Amino acid sequence: MTTQTIAGVAVEVSEEGFLEQPDQWTRDVGAAIAAENGIAEMTDRQWQVVDFMRTTYLEQGSAPSIRTLGKASGVPIKELYQLFPKAPAKLAAKIGGIPKPRGCI
Amino acid sequence: MGNEPIEKVSIIISKGSLEGVYPGLIMANGARMEGIEANVFFTFFGLDAIHKQRQGKIKVATVGNPGMHMATWLGGFPGMSAVATKMMGKKMEELDIPPIPEFVELVSDSGGGLYACKASVDMFGFTEDDFIEQVDSIITVGEFYEQAAGAQIIFT
Repeated sequence: MTTQTIAGVAVEVSEEGFLEQPDQWTRDVGAAIAAENGIAEMTDRQWQVVDFMRTTYLEQGSAPSIRTLGKASGVPIKELYQLFPKAPAKLAAKIGGIPKPRGCI
Repeated sequence: MGNEPIEKVSIIISKGSLEGVYPGLIMANGARMEGIEANVFFTFFGLDAIHKQRQGKIKVATVGNPGMHMATWLGGFPGMSAVATKMMGKKMEELDIPPIPEFVELVSDSGGGLYACKASVDMFGFTEDDFIEQVDSIITVGEFYEQAAGAQIIFT
């Protein structure tokens, strides 16, 4: 765990780059993390996914499953994997400043 | 000294019980969630998981299944399997694990390949029309091996 400055904000990040303190997050921090992870500029659709993940985490204490993400975020699974190639739930969580999701679904 | 991350998996689902199908689907979806390329090969009774009429009727085995901790005479009662299946389904829904038809679709939508074993298809007298539209093709074991090049093969 280290402290870094991302988009002008001092944040604590885990070894893998996830925010340790979700409330240190700002949208600019999110955009900067996205850029570091291959998304130069976040689209509205990508924000929609990230916002849903973050909101669900803050309301329920854990990130949504990929099943719920595909059903309730407004963005279907196929599109999810197009918006975030590779590991969508993990990347969306990282950009959204919430801990790495620990689920098997 | 770290290990090389896994980049590709080829998962075989060979069984037609609930507990025989789910592990492969969890592994396939889990792989996709990690950005790992995944193909699923359904063979023998595993074909039921991609069969239009059968995929919604897959049951837990209550006889000959020591994991159930249930006496054979009890497990063999008419309706026992249906009850056990319903209970397990309810528990899984609470954990947000989808029923098999939805789960198979999820794996496919996530970019996982779905394949039916030609030998088993021939044996059961199935045709392409029996399978859900997400099935990519019916392939032979040789074609499976070609496709599995560079992949970890996981047999379930």
